[in-house]
Amino acid sequence: MLNKTERQKEQILRSSGVNPLKCMRCGKCSGTCPSYDEMEYHPHQFVYMVETGDIETLMKSDSIYKCLSCFACVDRCPRGVEPAKLVEAVRLMAIRQKDANHLTPNDIPALLDDETPQQLLMSAMRKYSK
Amino acid sequence: MQRIGVFVCHCGTNIAATVDVKAVAEALKSEPGVVFSTDYQYMCSQAGQDIIKNAIAEHKLTGIVVCSCSPRMHENTFRKTAAAAGLNSYMVEIANIREQCSWVHKDMPTGTEKAIILGKAAVAKVSLNAPLTPGESPVTKRALVIGGGIAGIQTALDIADAGFPVDIVETKPTIGGKMAQLDKTFPTLDCAACILTPKMVEVAQNENIRIFSYSEVTDIKGFVGNFDVTIKRRARYVKEDLCTGCGACTEKCPQKKVPNEFNLGMDNRRAIYIPFAQAVPKVATIDPNYCTMLKTGKCGVCSKVCTAGAIDYQAKDEFVEEKYGAIVAATGFNPISMDKFDEFAYSQSPDVVTSLEFERLMNAAGPTAGTLLRPSDHEHPHTIVFVQCVGSRCSSCAEKGKEYCSKICCMYTAKHAMLTRDKYPDTDVYVFYIDVRTPGKAFDEFYRRAVEDYGVHYIKGMVGKVVPEGKKLKVQASDLLANKQLHIDADLVVLAAAIEPDKSARPLATMLTASMDTNDFFTEAHPKLRPVESPTAGVFLSGTCQGPKDIPETVSQAGAAASKVIGLLSKDKLTGNPCVAHSDENMCNGCSTCANVCPYGAITYQDKEFRMPDRTTKMRRIAVVNEAVCQGCGCCTVACMSGAMDLKGFMNKQIMAEVDAICK
Amino acid sequence: MQVNEFKPLIVAFCCNWCSYAGADLAGNNRLNYPAEVKIVRVPCSCRVNPMFILRAFQKGADGVILCGCHPGDCHYTSGNYYTRRRMALLFSMLDYLGIEKERTRVEWVSAAEGAKFAATMNDFVEKVISLGENKRLEDLRCKK
Repeated sequence: MLNKTERQKEQILRSSGVNPLKCMRCGKCSGTCPSYDEMEYHPHQFVYMVETGDIETLMKSDSIYKCLSCFACVDRCPRGVEPAKLVEAVRLMAIRQKDANHLTPNDIPALLDDETPQQLLMSAMRKYSK
Repeated sequence: MQRIGVFVCHCGTNIAATVDVKAVAEALKSEPGVVFSTDYQYMCSQAGQDIIKNAIAEHKLTGIVVCSCSPRMHENTFRKTAAAAGLNSYMVEIANIREQCSWVHKDMPTGTEKAIILGKAAVAKVSLNAPLTPGESPVTKRALVIGGGIAGIQTALDIADAGFPVDIVETKPTIGGKMAQLDKTFPTLDCAACILTPKMVEVAQNENIRIFSYSEVTDIKGFVGNFDVTIKRRARYVKEDLCTGCGACTEKCPQKKVPNEFNLGMDNRRAIYIPFAQAVPKVATIDPNYCTMLKTGKCGVCSKVCTAGAIDYQAKDEFVEEKYGAIVAATGFNPISMDKFDEFAYSQSPDVVTSLEFERLMNAAGPTAGTLLRPSDHEHPHTIVFVQCVGSRCSSCAEKGKEYCSKICCMYTAKHAMLTRDKYPDTDVYVFYIDVRTPGKAFDEFYRRAVEDYGVHYIKGMVGKVVPEGKKLKVQASDLLANKQLHIDADLVVLAAAIEPDKSARPLATMLTASMDTNDFFTEAHPKLRPVESPTAGVFLSGTCQGPKDIPETVSQAGAAASKVIGLLSKDKLTGNPCVAHSDENMCNGCSTCANVCPYGAITYQDKEFRMPDRTTKMRRIAVVNEAVCQGCGCCTVACMSGAMDLKGFMNKQIMAEVDAICK
Repeated sequence: MQVNEFKPLIVAFCCNWCSYAGADLAGNNRLNYPAEVKIVRVPCSCRVNPMFILRAFQKGADGVILCGCHPGDCHYTSGNYYTRRRMALLFSMLDYLGIEKERTRVEWVSAAEGAKFAATMNDFVEKVISLGENKRLEDLRCKK
């Protein structure tokens, strides 16, 4: 039987389709991230923390709502690790979790930052730019 | 019917302790074809070999089986014994009853039973053996080196030194290659030109070396010892034998706006040019893409100023055909294109340069005469950012980068950073690294000196993007150890671009039937034990065409390749391995399947006339195996759909007979 | 009990450069493996024609194992890659014919892996013994 940490990691890896072992720790994701300074945990830390199974910490952090999903890190990662997909997977896990910190639509505005564009906006731009 | 003799060895007690050797000899006596069977204490001893020789003479044996140790141990011994007794040495088979029987089994009945079966298999095989004679082919005592960089130069010098004639084919107007473009060399900081140009002069003066510059290989036929090569000598519109290299034409040529490729396009040259002062051969070349005379027929300044009368506007490409015994590939490398790495703004700003361009910017003979100036405004840069691993170790971007480590970038970046700080102590130098890889003699000490003595800022992290803004380059990067994102206003950004094999390597490999890996580096015959030979016999590898290398490694590999060439050329005749593939021309349908699987390109096709049953003749395409090239792996025999291909010494029916004997 | 013990017949094809040398090394180190294994030397694992394997089963072999150099280490550069592909096809066809996958195997054994050779043979023979005699392809006319 897998313990809780392993189960969470397994689920994140499956839902994101990311293999954090491909990471060679160059830090280009964090070098390229536009909302780096807003985040408590940075893209390269996401990859490492998922690899070590430290997902609980990530779920509790604001960082998952600060990621713009602009996918700059995905585009520029030389190893094809796709950190933004990991952030998205952790975010989904946090949102889907029952009881603990289940979000209602009313809670979301408080989590957003006035300074940075919203994820939705960024995703839409990404989607329709092609 | 064969007359087979069986000789069972005791090997002291090594075999006799677990195998009843007498019973084995007795049991094999009744096998079909066996006319003589005996056992002896030590078959490999002189006395044992005499028993074999006598038995061959006395019983008129046509084949022998020695039940003894591994064939890897004494097959040659017994082959020589057989040959000494007048028997073809390939009529010998060994049954391995020591390593694969007596030593691995404990009790006598099991050991004896297995030894008998192994003996029967060997008898079954030898009764189908046919005498084989190794083929011989002559060796043309001349070598061809393709590529005139430091690898090709060193290989040619070493071969010439041993007394063999060598030709160097170089596509550029001069030999020297990438090393001629370098400023200093790590880790000792000697000036590249100071150590390279004497070697180039040595090449020019060596009587055994001919240089075909501004030329390329267009066709290669033949095989080890006997290559027929066609070399295209591109028209340079200057007679090499008359030109004195005075340079008068290059000063007077009115066409001044030709990008100078020697300085990577950072300055201009004339339409008639000598790439650099120490070029070998020191002969001018007219660039037909820019020369007004060649394009419009109106100019002719160079021919007027040339006192030697060397200019020839009517020159045509010439083709030279030459025979060679060995070919060395030394085609070298190029930095990859940076155009697709948008994030580093290489194509947006002239102040983002590659490391090779930076080399030229630092070089006294470069576009800035050795003063480090920004290409855009010729001002002195005060903040320089070096980015390592640009395109190297890049597995997700096959269309722009390379998956491998380019090996030399860590060291040359340390060198650039150190030289910059040494010449201009007022400059801030940042190096962004993923890992610093310095495995080489005095390499790590060199890198540490850059950090400790010269104050280069090494930052673990990667540059995410470079944005030109006014006169500055905004560099956004991560510092993984401080867990910070950095924003640096840089004046110059230097990209350590990955290196890739020269584009000419792929067509050359096709002509040579030499194999390449997915990155277009030449494959070596064995990654550990035969690193300078190609799997194709007679083709050798020198320098970066085999994999990323620095100068010391290139030079040592060049010497190693030369020694292999010398070893080959010093033979008068090549004796082949007779256990090679052979195609039955009556069964072959010319489908090419065998040629496609052959790793050596040993199979070619020819049209042959066959007499048909109705007395007409018909041309058919059939496979022909070149015995000098075939190494005898047997892959083609399995691939052959019509069953025409077989391997001498390991014929289908022989292996079948062995299987039958074992399964009886 | 001893009398009825099933002794399988195993044919092992070993390439000359790696696996045959590996088998020799197993001998040098006196590592035991069952005597049921009989080795046929071939220049390269790619020399093994599927016909040889079919012949072995036809003649009553209970298992056939093919040993070659590790991928990338082939003496002839690429032979073992062909082996790998050919045998994948052959073995699945044999499986379809009723010769279980455990009776056939391709193993990479280098010249330095005497211990691996012995261990592989021990394991393979054990598997074949547990499957029992092979009757599927055996040609009864061949038996005397």
